[in-house]
Amino acid sequence: MIRFENVTFFHTDAQRPVLAEVDLHIPEGELCLVTGRTGAGKSTLLGAVNGLVPRFTGGTLLGRVTVDGQSTADHPPQEFAELVGVVGQDPLAGFVTDTVEDELAYGMEQLGMAPEVMRKRVEETLDLLGIAELRRRALRTLSGGQQQRVAIGSVLTSHPKVLVLDEPTSALDPTAAEDVLAAIIRLVHDLGTTVLVAEHRVERVLQYADRLVHLDGDGRVRHGEPAALIAGSDIAPPVVRLGRLAGWEPPPLSVRDARRRAAGLRERLTDREPAPLPAVAGESRLTAERVSVAYGQIMAVRAVDLDLRAGEVVALMGRNGSGKSSLLWALQGSGPRRSGSVDVAGTDPGKASAKAARALVGLVPQTAADLIYLDTVEAECRQGDTESAVAPGTCRALLDTLAPGIPGDRHPRDLSEGQKLALVLAVQLSSAPGVVLLDEPTRGLDYHAKQRFTETVRAQAAAGRAVVVATHDVEFVAGAADRVIVMAEGEIVADGPTAEVVVSSPAFAPQVAKVLAPLPWLTVEQIAGALSGQEAPA
Amino acid sequence: MSLAGLWPPLPRTVHPGAWWLWSLGLATAASRTTNPILLVMILTVCGYVVVRRRGDAPWALAFRMYLYLAGFIVTMRVVFRIVFGGGQGDIILFTLPEIPLPEWAAGIRLFGAVAVEQVLGGFYDGLRLATMVVCVGAANALANPKRMLKALPGALYEIGTAVVVALTVAPQLVESVIRVRRARRLRAGGQKGLRALRGILIPVLEDALNRSLALAAAMASHGYGRTGRVPRGTRLLTGSLVVTGLLGVCAGLYGVMDASTPPYMRAPMLLAGLAVATTGFVIGGKRVRRSRYRPDRWRPGEFTVAASGLATGALMYLTTRVDPANLYPSLNPLTWPEVGLLPAAAILVGVLPAWLAPPPDLTQGIAEPTAREVPA
Repeated sequence: MIRFENVTFFHTDAQRPVLAEVDLHIPEGELCLVTGRTGAGKSTLLGAVNGLVPRFTGGTLLGRVTVDGQSTADHPPQEFAELVGVVGQDPLAGFVTDTVEDELAYGMEQLGMAPEVMRKRVEETLDLLGIAELRRRALRTLSGGQQQRVAIGSVLTSHPKVLVLDEPTSALDPTAAEDVLAAIIRLVHDLGTTVLVAEHRVERVLQYADRLVHLDGDGRVRHGEPAALIAGSDIAPPVVRLGRLAGWEPPPLSVRDARRRAAGLRERLTDREPAPLPAVAGESRLTAERVSVAYGQIMAVRAVDLDLRAGEVVALMGRNGSGKSSLLWALQGSGPRRSGSVDVAGTDPGKASAKAARALVGLVPQTAADLIYLDTVEAECRQGDTESAVAPGTCRALLDTLAPGIPGDRHPRDLSEGQKLALVLAVQLSSAPGVVLLDEPTRGLDYHAKQRFTETVRAQAAAGRAVVVATHDVEFVAGAADRVIVMAEGEIVADGPTAEVVVSSPAFAPQVAKVLAPLPWLTVEQIAGALSGQEAPA
Repeated sequence: MSLAGLWPPLPRTVHPGAWWLWSLGLATAASRTTNPILLVMILTVCGYVVVRRRGDAPWALAFRMYLYLAGFIVTMRVVFRIVFGGGQGDIILFTLPEIPLPEWAAGIRLFGAVAVEQVLGGFYDGLRLATMVVCVGAANALANPKRMLKALPGALYEIGTAVVVALTVAPQLVESVIRVRRARRLRAGGQKGLRALRGILIPVLEDALNRSLALAAAMASHGYGRTGRVPRGTRLLTGSLVVTGLLGVCAGLYGVMDASTPPYMRAPMLLAGLAVATTGFVIGGKRVRRSRYRPDRWRPGEFTVAASGLATGALMYLTTRVDPANLYPSLNPLTWPEVGLLPAAAILVGVLPAWLAPPPDLTQGIAEPTAREVPA
């Protein structure tokens, strides 16, 4: 169905190819997962399928890409609309119309389909994706998961043979991600659609994949059976790493596979306890009482009481729109607060000046790039020093501990996601706040960047700060957080140690916890630590 | 009998073009008179039809805004007449202290005696403009402005898409600005003026640029612009025909509405414009390989709505020919405005859609059947 023949792609003026001599054939009806580190060329590979690369991105593409025998060299992306449906990372950015029904029909209108056919297909698609009750809603008012399903629907109505999805679940909470994945699996099974999907959160998709395409980062591409390829991969999800640790061959790809083989492991672990996380120091850094946030008539946060202590990492979880961001902004003092009080070292950051609030509580917003606006990393760091009124070089020194080796003359926009996050964090930390709040920092980070970020967060806590991370990423929470707060409809519905909160919830449990339930193990590292030195894994 | 299937009309959305024709008819009627009784009748007709036939969408609720605007226009006209236009008329209501102006401003008077004629003249004038504004507001409340864009002929499709995209991008830009400004506060930059502007502009523009690239890519992969194979010459020809034609239509409409334009600028101009635009649409339509999802069709309901509005306009136009006396009530000598039978009938024709147009299809909740609509 999709055929890459000796494809090499260079960005304009680049020395090194993004894709080098790629030969790839994806047969009809397969679900193919594309993995690789950030910047390894996943989006380039996906864009090349319908010719958006190089026609929209520039650069040089050598070799030949064909879909169902039609070559991207001979036809513009428009002529691929019937063959290939493309769904981008941010569904909202790709919407052309403003209501669900119109968006579903848009592609068919462009192809000039008969009105009766369009009407029928819109109804079918609404049902297929379970969004019939949303048909007249404005696209902007939908939640992230609903938007993503509408975006998939808008390309499905033209009945494409190939569906290309770039990180369809990265911005979604676990439940919404399940909904979107279920819709995709249904397409593969019922309609025989060939699906090409790129995803950082490999653990979510791996078990459904028929084929794995791994980009090594040097332009080379390896592909084959998921089980064979993932075994030696550097981006293996927890369940595969658990399999490696326990010596299961071939490695399990799903929680179900692993759980069936884990009886022995569970037995070996019964009389052991996970190594406790570093004890929380306990001095209170931030106390919030009955904090409420309202936008007009809508309550975003409802009388929340919160106590953050030095040395603890708190994960703030909950579905999209449950009030996590509003709470963080209200705690920092820059966002609106309807009522309630916040106390940081005797001062209310909401009533202090922006400068004083910043020295009390540092916040890294969801779109961290909003904070960066200068030409070079060096200039941003200098600006950070001035803003925080600290000795020149403080910010740069912080950046070097967070992410060493970033050249000072680099443009901040050219940094990788992880480096960008480190830069913004360094700028915010330069005023030495006692409390650090991070809104969805793990979005767009690959396994390695996430690992580094976990270490950063733990180091900040160890330095006596209270850290709050709002996130959907359960694996990150399992590895980094001491305490988990779950929000729903603006209220706190659960608050407790990570193991207690996370293990009891099917949606928020990490893979290891699902495999070993009811034992309280959360990460592969914990188990490795417990088993090491006592007996070699059998 | 075939009427049995047509009556009562099922709830549905009426073609926006029908409502626009109806309201333009009423606006034309309003432009032909300063008689306050006739104008108030037109206002009442608009208001009644809007109340009976509007949906529950946000644009439908904006009708109030047009009423406020109309009130503002009338007030401003009257106030201006009191401030500047003093001295015309014999029946003095009251006298304000006059502010003496220097020699070079001779001919302008500030305050002074306020006459009834002067105030009424401002009121009549303002009311005429206000009524026309309310007519346009009624069309906006009754027809989804975006569906109107969808109803554009195929040759204008690109323009329609551009407008829709622009309409969605504007709120997104505002959102980005708010988001970035909030984020700037987090850094407490404390910059003022140009430097602070730069801190906001760069992230916002970058965001906008990224979004438009993503949108362009999404539109291309949805198949937008598949007509690219049509020769460039044909595209240019259709484009210029359509635009020239529409300009002609505008000029012609203006001529028809304004009594003082030379005769060749009226009907002939309108017809010529229509002919040129139609040619453009036909040539353009031939190359369009695109279809419409659930298009609004012209059915009897639409024709009734459009016809009633146009009839109002046409009958009023007829009145200016046969019996223009009462359309512009005299201010000097001051007389009580009177209403002739023909213009009154003309306006009453405009209220017919309140019963004859299909009721709106409400989007939220199911409308409860009210007692008066249950047959006795």
